[in-house]
Amino acid sequence: MKRRVVSIWFQRLPSERVLRARPVDGPFAVTLNEGNHDRLYDLNREAEGQGLERGMGLADARAYVPDLVTRPADIDADRRFLTMLARWATRYTPHAGLDGEDGLVLDITGASHLFGGEAAMLEDMKERLARARLSAKIGIADTRGAAWALAHFAPGIAPPGKTSAALGPLSVSALRIDDKTATALKRLGLNTIADMTALPRATLARRFDMALIERLEQALGTRGEAVSPLSEPPHYGVRMSFPEPIGLVDDVMAALSRLLDTLCLRLKNREAGARAIMLSVERVDQTRQNVTLRLARPMREAPRILRLFERPVGEIDAGFGIERIRLEALDVEVLPAEQIGEGGLVEGEALDDLVTRLGARIGLDNIVRFQPVASHIPERGFTENPAAYGRVDTEWRMDHPRPLRMFAPEPVTSDAARRPPSRFSWRRMRFETAASCGPERIAPEWWRPDEAWRTGLRDYWRVETRQGLRLWMFHTPQTPGWFVHGLFA
Amino acid sequence: MQDAFSTIFPLQRGRVHDASGPGAPFFAAALAGMTGGTVLWIKPAWFAEEINPVAFSAFFDPRDIILARTADQTETLAAAEEGLRSGAVGLVVMEVDKPVELTPGRRLQLAAESGRSIGLSLHPEGAGNQAATTRWLCKPLFSASDSTLQEWSIIKNKAGTNNSWAVRWDETARRIHMVSETAERAGSKGPPG
Repeated sequence: MKRRVVSIWFQRLPSERVLRARPVDGPFAVTLNEGNHDRLYDLNREAEGQGLERGMGLADARAYVPDLVTRPADIDADRRFLTMLARWATRYTPHAGLDGEDGLVLDITGASHLFGGEAAMLEDMKERLARARLSAKIGIADTRGAAWALAHFAPGIAPPGKTSAALGPLSVSALRIDDKTATALKRLGLNTIADMTALPRATLARRFDMALIERLEQALGTRGEAVSPLSEPPHYGVRMSFPEPIGLVDDVMAALSRLLDTLCLRLKNREAGARAIMLSVERVDQTRQNVTLRLARPMREAPRILRLFERPVGEIDAGFGIERIRLEALDVEVLPAEQIGEGGLVEGEALDDLVTRLGARIGLDNIVRFQPVASHIPERGFTENPAAYGRVDTEWRMDHPRPLRMFAPEPVTSDAARRPPSRFSWRRMRFETAASCGPERIAPEWWRPDEAWRTGLRDYWRVETRQGLRLWMFHTPQTPGWFVHGLFA
Repeated sequence: MQDAFSTIFPLQRGRVHDASGPGAPFFAAALAGMTGGTVLWIKPAWFAEEINPVAFSAFFDPRDIILARTADQTETLAAAEEGLRSGAVGLVVMEVDKPVELTPGRRLQLAAESGRSIGLSLHPEGAGNQAATTRWLCKPLFSASDSTLQEWSIIKNKAGTNNSWAVRWDETARRIHMVSETAERAGSKGPPG
């Protein structure tokens, strides 16, 4: 079967996307900030009719058309919108994909008869897009390149096998080449594609790079080009609407339970687990509340997740009632099937659930585990990792005695040098040194600037006081002074 | 006397106890070392005195500590309750700076009972958890020969009498040794105020 390709070009995608949501009468433009200069990124027909064009400075445009309405461009949103259109286009063929920033490409081989032929299909597309207030130009041809050329330069259908005849009169720009190459071709008197095909390929290849030949051959069909359909990312969202608004926690939990069953089954089928789940609740008064549950480990067990939702759901304000709830797995990770342990829990899950619950209360960032670090600086002997990432298997070592408690060094009033002072006061208490052990000299890590170590070398002592307290003190010989840095007990 | 100590330490499971004095972190570490399992250590984020996991390695594997930082005491108690009830950890240590009233104290006791974990609140001296099963005052004891000696006094005991012991940590056996009291205490100066 002969391959047939449709190319759809949305001429004014950025502006029309914005106008669909908030229509504007009269001239309208979308602006893009470049450096500190706003330029017209896209504009509607009225604005174009008044002599404005893309790339013009906003200040100039305002001078010509004082009543120009503008909005800032959102390229990501445009992209999402185009993706949505590609999904819409799958009504015609499953092989629908994006083409650049403003176009779609559809492989309709063997599909057009379902719509009553290509002409009817084209009409259907035009009509639906016009109803969606989108201006589109459509080309149908044997190749992707030819369809693109038609869409941009001569919208319509090139009958099967008539590609070169249809493309011949079009400008060389229709070959999807950059402006520089197009200008160079025109300077040589090659204005149309027909002019180019008349020349031997070798002559062209000598003057221009192979990219041009490739584009030409792709358009004429002597070289293949695939239409890659949009790969649909798996969607983990479920929703439920209620015939009557609900407000009781138990009702929400019951609905949540059913949604979780569906969501978790979907996760299970793809061997995935959710790391965060967002519950969004729409109330009768059109307001929406989101509750995000961050899990300490990827999960897909509905009953366990439901238990973890108990507290956040209890905090939802139902107002005059909840109309609709929606559940979406936000961070999805690969989670292969696991052996289920005693009591239905895989080992360590009770702890992970605890971390999740605590995280819902005080924030997952505030729950940490320690990891040893190879540093002789006492306060850098360990780092903190989010507990949600689990236990790190590294060995702990203590080469020298270290205090159980550490704090920012607190100065001690004493003038002794070298040996710990026999009497000193700290935290407004008086101490007498009974025994001391040291010194252990620790040098700052000179490669790492650290404000706290600006006093230079430290000679650490374990000082036992007659009063009982066992202090960890240090003396700084380079800028004399004594400090307490920690408590053994 | 030896028997009396071994019946009371390690502390009774499913209960909340409290400890104060400069030796309280040592008490908590020794308890964690002897109970085993994960330790949930909850402390307000604004407390300047940090725990040093390197030093804890003399008592147990610091990988078993989960440290939770809270905004205030209410959050500390709520998190402790959650930890005790879950039964997923062996010991919940909470650092508090104000006394724990009877109602939240009772809640902690109930949570500990259902989770079969030990709760331990660390207080400044003089403030405590009104509902605690036992209350300890832990002070380092100066001794010329032993730099780890401590005096642990039980100053409130719902199930028995108050007492006082001189103890030290045996790092190789990973357990608390009771030191023969009279001999050590003769040489030591009394603990100051």
